[in-house]
Amino acid sequence: MQKKFFIVLLVLVVATSMVFAQGTKDQKKSDSLEIFSWWTAGGEAEGLDAMIKVFENRYPGIELINATVAGGAGTNAKAVLATRMQGGNPPDTFQVHAGHELIDTWVVSDFMEPITFVLKDAGYMDKFPSDVIDIISYKGEVYSIPVNIHRSNVMWYSPSLFKQYNLKVPSTWAEFLQAAEVFKRNGIPALALGDNESWAATHLLENVLLSSLGADGYRDLWQGKIKWNDSRVRDGLTTYTKILGYVNRDHAALANMDAAGYVAEGKAAINIMGDWAAGYYYSQGFEQGKDWDWAPAPGTSGVFNMLSDSFGLPKNAPNRDNVIKWLTICASREGQDAFNPIKGSIPARTDGDRSKYDRYLNAAMDDFARDTIVPSVAHGAAISEPWLTRVNDIMALFTTELNVDKAITEFQAAADRYAPK
Amino acid sequence: MYCSKRDRKVAIIILIPFLAILFLFVYGFIGWSLRVSFSSWDSIVPNMKSVGLQNYIELFKTQRFRTDIRNTIYFTVFFIMICVVGGFFLSYLLYSTLKGEGIFRTIYLFPLSLSFVVTGVLWRWIFSPEVGINALYRMMGFKASFGWFTSTHRVAGFNVALIALIIAASWQYLGYTMAMFLAGLRGIPDQLIEVAQIDGAGEWMIIRKVILPIIKPITFSAMIVLGHISLKIFDLAYAMTGKGPAFVTDFPGLYMFETTFRGNHYNEGAAISIVMLLLVALVIVPYLATTLRGDAE
Repeated sequence: MQKKFFIVLLVLVVATSMVFAQGTKDQKKSDSLEIFSWWTAGGEAEGLDAMIKVFENRYPGIELINATVAGGAGTNAKAVLATRMQGGNPPDTFQVHAGHELIDTWVVSDFMEPITFVLKDAGYMDKFPSDVIDIISYKGEVYSIPVNIHRSNVMWYSPSLFKQYNLKVPSTWAEFLQAAEVFKRNGIPALALGDNESWAATHLLENVLLSSLGADGYRDLWQGKIKWNDSRVRDGLTTYTKILGYVNRDHAALANMDAAGYVAEGKAAINIMGDWAAGYYYSQGFEQGKDWDWAPAPGTSGVFNMLSDSFGLPKNAPNRDNVIKWLTICASREGQDAFNPIKGSIPARTDGDRSKYDRYLNAAMDDFARDTIVPSVAHGAAISEPWLTRVNDIMALFTTELNVDKAITEFQAAADRYAPK
Repeated sequence: MYCSKRDRKVAIIILIPFLAILFLFVYGFIGWSLRVSFSSWDSIVPNMKSVGLQNYIELFKTQRFRTDIRNTIYFTVFFIMICVVGGFFLSYLLYSTLKGEGIFRTIYLFPLSLSFVVTGVLWRWIFSPEVGINALYRMMGFKASFGWFTSTHRVAGFNVALIALIIAASWQYLGYTMAMFLAGLRGIPDQLIEVAQIDGAGEWMIIRKVILPIIKPITFSAMIVLGHISLKIFDLAYAMTGKGPAFVTDFPGLYMFETTFRGNHYNEGAAISIVMLLLVALVIVPYLATTLRGDAE
């Protein structure tokens, strides 16, 4: 009896392991391409699908595996990705924020192949602004293809509220603080903030610092060339503490999109958020010019604070040739114009088909072609992830305690440890 | 218990694969985490160079981690207290007087069938300062501005924001302790109570001198189960509040998840998990020791 049971058990175990073995073999099938991302919902997932369709039309024989990992604003996906990369089982290509998130995590540690040749072979090198090429390069080589551009330094405001109280839309933080006083007297929060995740506070701070330091100073600060006790940095941090005197009371419970919504609903005067807010407004049926409008964040006119999603080529990618085909599509005008109008972002190339983009995006494309471009901190373009998590932690305290001196000490300690040497 | 030599041999053979898996995936990785926690692995690339206790020293210097430990202790104490006292109260009501036991038992037990994630989302909306019960109070004409889980007030090191989390967690686990106590109460022979009544003991006296001593083992194991849940709490806080302003609702589990998988601070993450393991061990090991001693006798 026991012997029989044993045999049955053994057979079961062997059978299961064979099934699994078969499974792994199947995944490595000849002509395929695995694209790894955390784009699982809404415009981003649909945008990716549109770009995949362009690829499939061009290369019908290649089977595309769209591997997505949902949740945690990409944190879950990043954990899976780290495991696969360290285990020597990289996906063919993966979504990653262009800039230091890619470079400091994956390029410096020698997990990626340079792909300058992809751009050169296709003749695309001069189709991207040189500031963007700088952001995606390490030691003179390009390591990822940016598929989209979002702008961080955008002020969304409520035209009706400014009209009602006869106030000028602020172009500096000093002007904002004057207007904010009027709003406060009337019981309206001047700034809508939704920092239930602390990156939203970092997002606000980076744009305040951008205004107090200017484009060059801002770049230097995040490269460790300017100390945090610099008077311009201190000014920026002090301004931040003043601005926080005019935020909505429930900011710590609010998500960033809800805060953007406050502006369109006339519950708050302005909001500083990336330009995915425009897509949100359009999708909610809010009307530009009436419910909402935009301007560069105070004090940052002429500067375009960018972030970007990109794809790269891991070393030992199982289907290297197919990845190169995919990256060429990503860099092409056709691919970018398929993805971006749906995602609600602008192409990283400067020659996008204007007719495909809405009113806000067309304006953003104008600025992108004209302005000085700097990388965003809160979204992984300007600094590495280890540094960014420290910055976010400091912001969680600073936003509550508003202690400038303590923040300077802590920011400097983080910079000493994580800034590029 | 008697079992033949042959039976024992078969038992061991069958157990071996599971033991191997257990040792590899539980104890093996605890050992690995311990090693990482002494290393300087602070990026995506493993770096096993030992730095001794440096990671732990830096961890305890971090304001976030000190807040986390304080939060964990307060949360655990209040959570256990409310569940044990409240659970006993409810079970005693059902046991002694109340009609409709079946219905109430189901009502109290029901939240236990939810996951912490569901509970978290539910209570996040209830306590959200602008749309939750504050709005209800305002509709009734009160001036309600308590920030609930966004409050940054602190009383004797206790972050007031934790109240919202404690209520949510207790709501879910009250039914569990109630069910355990109810089973215990049902097991008490009626004669015992009757004898006490004949001796002239009042209800309060009976609870104190008869019932509580009898159900002491149940209280103890309920506390252990609740204790290890609250010491490892992650999902509830992650779904309901996140780390909160100035970490008022942060716990070591959240910190560990963020610092390891978002920040690639693997050494720090490993150190946090080892501290969490020690905290849980503090609760579990004495329990196991007493249980094993009991079995031996």
